[in-house]
Amino acid sequence: MKPILETFEEAVREVQDGATILVGGFGLVGIPENLILALKEKGTKDLTVISNNCGVDDWGLGLLLKNKQIKKMIGSYVGENKEFERQVLSGELEVELIPQGTLAERIRAGGAGIPAFYTPAGVGTPIAEGKEVRSFNGKEYLLEEAIQADFSFVRALKGDIMGNLVYNKTARNFNPMIAAAGKVTVAEVEELVDIGELEPDQIHTPSIYVQKVIIGEQQKKIERLTTR
Amino acid sequence: MVKVDKAAVREKIARRAEKEILDGSYVNLGIGMPTMVANYIPDGKKIVLQSENGLLGIGPYPTEGEVDPDLINAGKETVTAMQGAAYFDSAESFAMIRGGHIDVAILGGMEVSKDGDLANWMIPGKMIKGMGGAMDLVHGAKRIVVIMDHVNKNGEPKILNSCSLPLTGKGVVNRIITDRAVFDITKEGLVLKEVANGYSIEDIKGSTEPELIINDPVLEAF
Repeated sequence: MKPILETFEEAVREVQDGATILVGGFGLVGIPENLILALKEKGTKDLTVISNNCGVDDWGLGLLLKNKQIKKMIGSYVGENKEFERQVLSGELEVELIPQGTLAERIRAGGAGIPAFYTPAGVGTPIAEGKEVRSFNGKEYLLEEAIQADFSFVRALKGDIMGNLVYNKTARNFNPMIAAAGKVTVAEVEELVDIGELEPDQIHTPSIYVQKVIIGEQQKKIERLTTR
Repeated sequence: MVKVDKAAVREKIARRAEKEILDGSYVNLGIGMPTMVANYIPDGKKIVLQSENGLLGIGPYPTEGEVDPDLINAGKETVTAMQGAAYFDSAESFAMIRGGHIDVAILGGMEVSKDGDLANWMIPGKMIKGMGGAMDLVHGAKRIVVIMDHVNKNGEPKILNSCSLPLTGKGVVNRIITDRAVFDITKEGLVLKEVANGYSIEDIKGSTEPELIINDPVLEAF
């Protein structure tokens, strides 16, 4: 059994100024909406946030940015956010951009006990600066190190009281790797179910990676509504 | 100079790029003009589109009633999933990309060199938005096709002896398709394969920086 939290305030209580947090989601899809809102409410400062994107100006991680709670952002694409640009240009915000596949694998490695790995992404580009390059079978690769964090915040469609998680469609994205790479992983679930209700064969994140569970109603804002 | 209809130029490039996709292949289309290529795939051609945010088998855009906020493509547009589609996490997605399982990736470009270097993610001095999945894709797909305008806003070549912008990948491009021509990047050099309607071989030579290997290209090809 995992603690089922009652309030989001409780869910972010341990997060101290200067903490490193992994946050699930791609764009606004699969982000732990209420955990982000609770961090904003708490006002925790000097955060290092690792997430593929940084939300939009008025939603998701963009809220923490606006509130100047993020010291350093690590992601692969941050172009959807005007405040982001302002803070970077003024030197208030530090940014580290990582190729998306390298980011996913560095987080996976962090949760899987692999300190580093070689990947072809970025060879011969600015991101190779200062990194070890090694040849395998005549092709060059960069050494990339694992990522871990003090806290991991993920969002799932369903969770059971053991902490097993099931994601919905493309809302899975970075969430499973992030769940495994945090010292404390809090899962915000749309629906909480009893033990035995999730099919063991269908579980995406086994309970061992999850320390706390909380139910959160999602707004699921759409960034680019595109219809036929 | 005739007024250029940008939408028509983009459509021309996208229609030509569609021919790079063979029946039965697994394909990743980049954001922007490459995404448009999907609009021109004929009914009889069965292909599977991969979206790096975790979907193999992108379907058409949804009707208003079908919109699911949890189902988007890599450009963050709402999409549907075709029958036979699969969802997976981002690590798995890039494993299939890096692992050489994607038959062809069609990407946009700012500059391409004669050696197949690609620059398409940052302009020094401007806000850097990030490379997304482009740096992984250029090393993973079996074939990399870059589609772009032949010249930049100032009328200068975008196909160069060496790129002036920071690279996305070194020696990664196989084919370049522009509004004026199609080129292959080979060990021997840059080969002119096709010339578009309205252009001559001399026009292409004059608007492309590297020396071209010209060996009977198809004229009025598209």
